[in-house]
Amino acid sequence: PVHFTVLGLIQSGHLVRFIKSRSLTQLAELPELHQMLRQTCRDYAEKELAPVAGQLDKNHTFPAKQVRELGAMGVMAVEVPESLGGAGMDYLAYSLAVEELSRGCASTGVIVSVNNSLYLGPVLAFGTEEQKQQWISPFTTGEKVGCFALSEPGNGSDAGAASTLARQEGDEWVLNGTKAWITNCWDASAAVVFATTDKSLKHKGISAFLVPMPHPGLSLGKKEDKLGIRASSTANLILEDCRIPLGNLLGQRGMGFKIGMQTLDSGRIGIASQALGIAQAALDCAADYAHKRTAFGAPIARLQAIQFKLADMAVALESARLLTWKAAMLRDAKKPYSKAAAMAKLAASEAATFVSHQAIQVLGGMGYVTDMPAERHYRDARITEIYEGTSEIQRLVIANQVLKEYQQ
Amino acid sequence: MAARVLVGVKRVIDYAVKIRVKPDNTGVVTDGVKHSMNPFCEIAVEEAVRLKEKKLVKEVVAVSCGPQQVQETIRTALAMGADRGIHVEVSGKDYDSLGPLQVSKILAALAKKEEASLIILGKQAIDDDCNQTGQMTAALLDWPQGTFASEVAVEGDKLKVIREVDGGLETIKINLPAVVTADLRLNTPRYATLPNIMKAKKKKITNVKPGDLGVDLTSRLEVLRVDEPPQRQAGVKVETVEDLVGKLKEAGRI
Repeated sequence: PVHFTVLGLIQSGHLVRFIKSRSLTQLAELPELHQMLRQTCRDYAEKELAPVAGQLDKNHTFPAKQVRELGAMGVMAVEVPESLGGAGMDYLAYSLAVEELSRGCASTGVIVSVNNSLYLGPVLAFGTEEQKQQWISPFTTGEKVGCFALSEPGNGSDAGAASTLARQEGDEWVLNGTKAWITNCWDASAAVVFATTDKSLKHKGISAFLVPMPHPGLSLGKKEDKLGIRASSTANLILEDCRIPLGNLLGQRGMGFKIGMQTLDSGRIGIASQALGIAQAALDCAADYAHKRTAFGAPIARLQAIQFKLADMAVALESARLLTWKAAMLRDAKKPYSKAAAMAKLAASEAATFVSHQAIQVLGGMGYVTDMPAERHYRDARITEIYEGTSEIQRLVIANQVLKEYQQ
Repeated sequence: MAARVLVGVKRVIDYAVKIRVKPDNTGVVTDGVKHSMNPFCEIAVEEAVRLKEKKLVKEVVAVSCGPQQVQETIRTALAMGADRGIHVEVSGKDYDSLGPLQVSKILAALAKKEEASLIILGKQAIDDDCNQTGQMTAALLDWPQGTFASEVAVEGDKLKVIREVDGGLETIKINLPAVVTADLRLNTPRYATLPNIMKAKKKKITNVKPGDLGVDLTSRLEVLRVDEPPQRQAGVKVETVEDLVGKLKEAGRI
């Protein structure tokens, strides 16, 4: 870990100072506060999420009751200061919470993550005091959730090509366009919407807006019928002469792309955490089965073929987890964390798909049927390589950072 | 009304863990094994915190006896809403032989020292299943007891306790100060919220030694041997009642 730290400091261009030794020991053993938080989220996930996750997935049901209970626990707004109704904890705590909850139910994990990172995150970072009061406090209790509308039918990775337009008319903004793949949107009470205010400025002409839901001029497309995370709603957001007050501009005009990218940097840690939870649940399932299933006269756990799989799964998971914790800790220490966050998201999402794939293999036929949760973990894992920055985009971000370190 | 409630919380092996007997048969494996608060103690803490929220009680004090690790258990109680904690330091051989008699002596001494007027405990611990500490504590203090409580209501300076007994439910009224032990259906314990976990960090835990309370920890019991329950044997199927009677006679059962 020491050489990570030094590289990180050189890369960020700061004078070589040592990150507080506390940060290094945290990788080995979490502080008591974080252990307690992790335990309470794990208890909740085991008792309240895992038993219903299958049903929620089957019926595509938004876990409204659980979201309210999680709100009461402070988990819907981990980083938001207590003065605004949040838990006032750090990003490492948030990462642990999302991982533990996702281990119980991946859909609930993404609902928590989107509310925390993609909705509350940008308002907290870029909102005025007034905007924080109006758009943060009601969204900390679990009664209301928010969503983030950046992608469009015509552009996902190509975020700079936003074709949703916003023009100023008197004391209002008028928004027109369609946003796609919006998580939470059928259950949300507000959205952060990105629209072009100056087409000639290309990506520097995008601005971010706070839009209440429901609202005249805003309608929702049909709920997507997805492979996984089916308890969370995903749909298009359609804006047709949607009028909002001028005061709903988030940050400065033209700041939208920066807000989007910075928000996604943080969001990556949330999704990495969700992927870790899915992978852990899949590993739990496989290891437990290996002890119980007998073949060739003994539990299959005795067979090296199974042991090697479990070892590879455990290594993939643990290394992704350490990358995720490191990214969270860098962010908490207010150090540059883009590279770490991209590495975490890439590693964790690929770990989730790998581990859940192998888990089905360990379970054999039982892994293919809905009697066991392995098939759900497999379906849930797949999206983590796609949303909040595809694995390909993560590789570009990482390569960009690596090459900068070796700038000629 | 009761100003101060003492709640006993015990650190036990987590209910979900598969218990393994030590190879030397002196006890069960505890090293590296997940521990948590005894589930009935959680229910006790929850009840105490609810009484405080209803303003029927002013202060909830969580108590645990054991080595350094029990502080985690006390902190969990603090995160659920207890106001402060007392860690009674017991370690090594003393901890291995710690049982209901010593603990009830400790609790009785603390109740007097802290001027508590209500003690709430779990009905039993899931490791030893003794179901004795509450009853012994009440006897040592000469206080009334409401054990196996599935409902507790304050009525002036008395407590109405509905007890789960073999025949059904028994309602009793007891004077305060009193000892209550919590049964399963008394309440559903809350999850520690993040803000309360943060607050718990600032709450005080005081350390006390059993000697300071005048308690002698010598055990009157000696564990001779610990064994796994016998493996379940396969049964035998018989065709007729005559065969059954014959087999029972063979086995010397009749």
